[in-house]
Amino acid sequence: MPFLSDTPLDLAGLIAEVTAPDRGGIAAFVGTVRDHHGGRPVAELEYSAYGAMAEAECGRIVEETERRWPVRVALRHRIGLLAIGEAAVAIAVAGAHRDEAFAACRHVIEELKRRVPIWKRERYADGTVEWVGTGQAPGLTAPGGRP
Amino acid sequence: MVTTASTTVHILLFASYAERLGLERIDAALRPGATVADALAYLRALPGGAELPARPLCARNLAHVGADAALADGDELAVLPPLAGG
Repeated sequence: MPFLSDTPLDLAGLIAEVTAPDRGGIAAFVGTVRDHHGGRPVAELEYSAYGAMAEAECGRIVEETERRWPVRVALRHRIGLLAIGEAAVAIAVAGAHRDEAFAACRHVIEELKRRVPIWKRERYADGTVEWVGTGQAPGLTAPGGRP
Repeated sequence: MVTTASTTVHILLFASYAERLGLERIDAALRPGATVADALAYLRALPGGAELPARPLCARNLAHVGADAALADGDELAVLPPLAGG
């Protein structure tokens, strides 16, 4: 399954992907479109991606996570035009117990925000449109980081 | 006989950077042994290129790299604005 989706995300489907009789702990994260940013009312939002790299980077994150913890990970990110309240990202992680499920789920969302080439453009209630950049963390480029 | 070897790199721009330079893709003929920093210098010389930050995020062939990374003929170099997924 591709990690990027241009149709609404289905958390129940992701949970079903990772559910198994020996996995008694399932953690999920859903990130939705907020109705405000920096104090300004947001009307709608558009996600775009560097598709080939986003797929590759999501694959690497899932692989690394499943190597680090005894879990299975399902991950999807929405692209295209989203309305307020719609899910932008959904993650389901299943392990034998809750500790590894919570830890691995947190890891997946943090790494996604830090590494996966996805951008969003917000349209505000007053009609203005802006690219929003939040996810750059130091340490991805070497040496010296970024501005 | 004189040959002028060069390294052709396929540069991709996205989101706000694509808007600033008014293009999403450009092929750059760089000197052999060129690095990501050389490709960025090439971009900065284009109209709108001066607006690129000093050290933008870059990816070579679908993986993050630093400015010192070497480029080979046929490589794809993506220059990535601040990420905003999730």
